[in-house]
Amino acid sequence: MTDILVVLETREGALRNASLEAVGAARAAADASGGGKVTALATEQADLDAAQLGGAGADAVLVADAGAHSPDGAAATAVRVAGELGVGAVFVSATVRGRDLLGRIAAGLDTGFAADCTAVDFAEGGFVFTRPVYAGKAQIQVKVNGPVAVASMRGNHFAPAGREASAEMGTTAAEGGKAQVTAIAGKSGGRPDVAEAARVVAGGRGLGSAENWHLLEALADALPGAGLGASRAVVDSGWRPHSEQVGQTGKTVSPELYIAAGISGAIQHLAGMSSSKVIVAINKDAEAPIFQHATYGIVGDVNEILPALTEAVKAAVE
Amino acid sequence: MKICVCVKRVPSTTTRVVVGADNQLDPTGVEFELNPYDEFAVEQALQVKEAAGEGSVTAISFGSADAKKELQKVLAMGADDAVLLQNAEAPHADGATTAKVLAEELQAAGAQLIFFGKQAVDRDQHGVGPAVATRLGMPCITEVVKFELQGDQVVCEREIEGGRETVTASLPCAITCQKGLNEPRFASLKGIMAAKKKPLEMKDVAIEGAAVELVSMSLPPERPAGRIIGEGADAVPALMEALKNEAKVL
Ligand SMILES: Cc1cc2nc3c(=O)[nH]c(=O)nc-3n(C[C@H](O)[C@H](O)[C@H](O)COP(=O)(O)OP(=O)(O)OC[C@H]3O[C@@H](n4cnc5c(N)ncnc54)[C@H](O)[C@@H]3O)c2cc1C
Repeated sequence: MTDILVVLETREGALRNASLEAVGAARAAADASGGGKVTALATEQADLDAAQLGGAGADAVLVADAGAHSPDGAAATAVRVAGELGVGAVFVSATVRGRDLLGRIAAGLDTGFAADCTAVDFAEGGFVFTRPVYAGKAQIQVKVNGPVAVASMRGNHFAPAGREASAEMGTTAAEGGKAQVTAIAGKSGGRPDVAEAARVVAGGRGLGSAENWHLLEALADALPGAGLGASRAVVDSGWRPHSEQVGQTGKTVSPELYIAAGISGAIQHLAGMSSSKVIVAINKDAEAPIFQHATYGIVGDVNEILPALTEAVKAAVE
Repeated sequence: MKICVCVKRVPSTTTRVVVGADNQLDPTGVEFELNPYDEFAVEQALQVKEAAGEGSVTAISFGSADAKKELQKVLAMGADDAVLLQNAEAPHADGATTAKVLAEELQAAGAQLIFFGKQAVDRDQHGVGPAVATRLGMPCITEVVKFELQGDQVVCEREIEGGRETVTASLPCAITCQKGLNEPRFASLKGIMAAKKKPLEMKDVAIEGAAVELVSMSLPPERPAGRIIGEGADAVPALMEALKNEAKVL
């Protein structure tokens, strides 16, 4: 029976969806261990819903009284609360902020950590974490030897528990930190980030130019919940920002649907997207390596196929 | 100002992974290189020193004896000296253990700034920089794409999902570097020659146990074989049909 602390991610007081998945992961893991308590911690003031977090799998919620996010402050709060509750594991989501907390919390608890987990099992009295290495070209299973297992949960791999329950709400003191977030510039109301999107429309050098990106944007607009991705060749050419790069030196994504248009399928690109559920490749070269990894392929010119696909998707989702 | 940069020797990103009998990457035929993100860290360290017009950049690696090659590269890029914390097991050490070893060395070094790559592209954990900083009681700003030093204040920007945040801290501070921060320089021939004369200290370090135990390594589950639906825009209806009724993702 292992109790688990989940550190939630909030931005301007609002809970991020990735956190509900981490709570779901913790619920499943605690149950697998024979039924432990799941406590969710917001390290800054936030407007949280007891039914939403309870439904996702939390038994209790603690909200700390910090204003802005401080990376080391948030970690220190989590370390203190983990000690007070005597939990056997601390989970965070494998977002940029979550990844930032992972090593700090582990160091604070003098224990080991497992990043970007895609599965959590319980065997011989401890959690076994499955996680990708070499940018997804292999996976390892690890056990944390220390007193507390600290792990981050990759997006799109765990689901909120989906139960009817209300979490018990409480408050706790926030620890101060030396680093402080002083501003956030958000692309508000924009597309979901490629790392979080359930569907990704990605383009490569085969698009021909930055000006042609409207072809991909139109398809992404038509597909609900779609984010935009790019190959490194495109980012290095300055056509798209690095925040959209998928691959070994970009983001690792595992959406339901990944559409690769004009992307050759270099090993470094495949590393970042090969765990997508369904991969569609559009490439004029029938020998392009991407076709060996695609669920479905169309051989042909993106300039012709993307508009046709966009129209078909529009008609289908209406 | 004393600046340290922590670097790692990793398998090249073109490596095709074969799992060896010891549950680790089979090194046969694998080429190793300086972790790509560490190049941004080295570049930033050198730029800070150059802008200050004084100070030193020390490269530190926890690695096997082979990691001398990667440290030579960092010296050739312009670092002043290097320390190899040597242990044959280092390449397989977990992040928490690595952080402990580095923190011990850095504690004594007394650096004002410590730069790391945001992750090593072997274990892909993103954890060593922030774990080292925590052990040293230092602030740490991770995945930085913009770095500025204003007096003893560090002002950084980093990309978070759907936005960009500004994080500030005062020195001493640790930074982990993301692509986009700068354009790493190439080592010049002169740099390569000069590197041969720069101090590279080898120190044997012991590690007590592991914080994380490897149970197994395997290749990811095979993707079910896919198929080419057809050619040109005429194939779009068949693709839609497959996405809707076979894959059920629309
Ligand atoms: C250290 C390192 C790290 C790297 N990290 C990454 C990474 O994170 N992500 C990444 O993506 N790459 C990465 N790379 C680069 C990678 O090796 C490839 O160079 C890159 O992915 C190629 O991008 P691309 O597929 O867009 O371009 P190309 O390889 O040039 O492919 C373009 C494709 O478009 C097709 N095409 C051309 N015109 C059309 C048309 N009109 N219609 C349809 N198809 C067309 C062509 O047939 C071709 O297959 C890395 C490389 C290194 C060395």
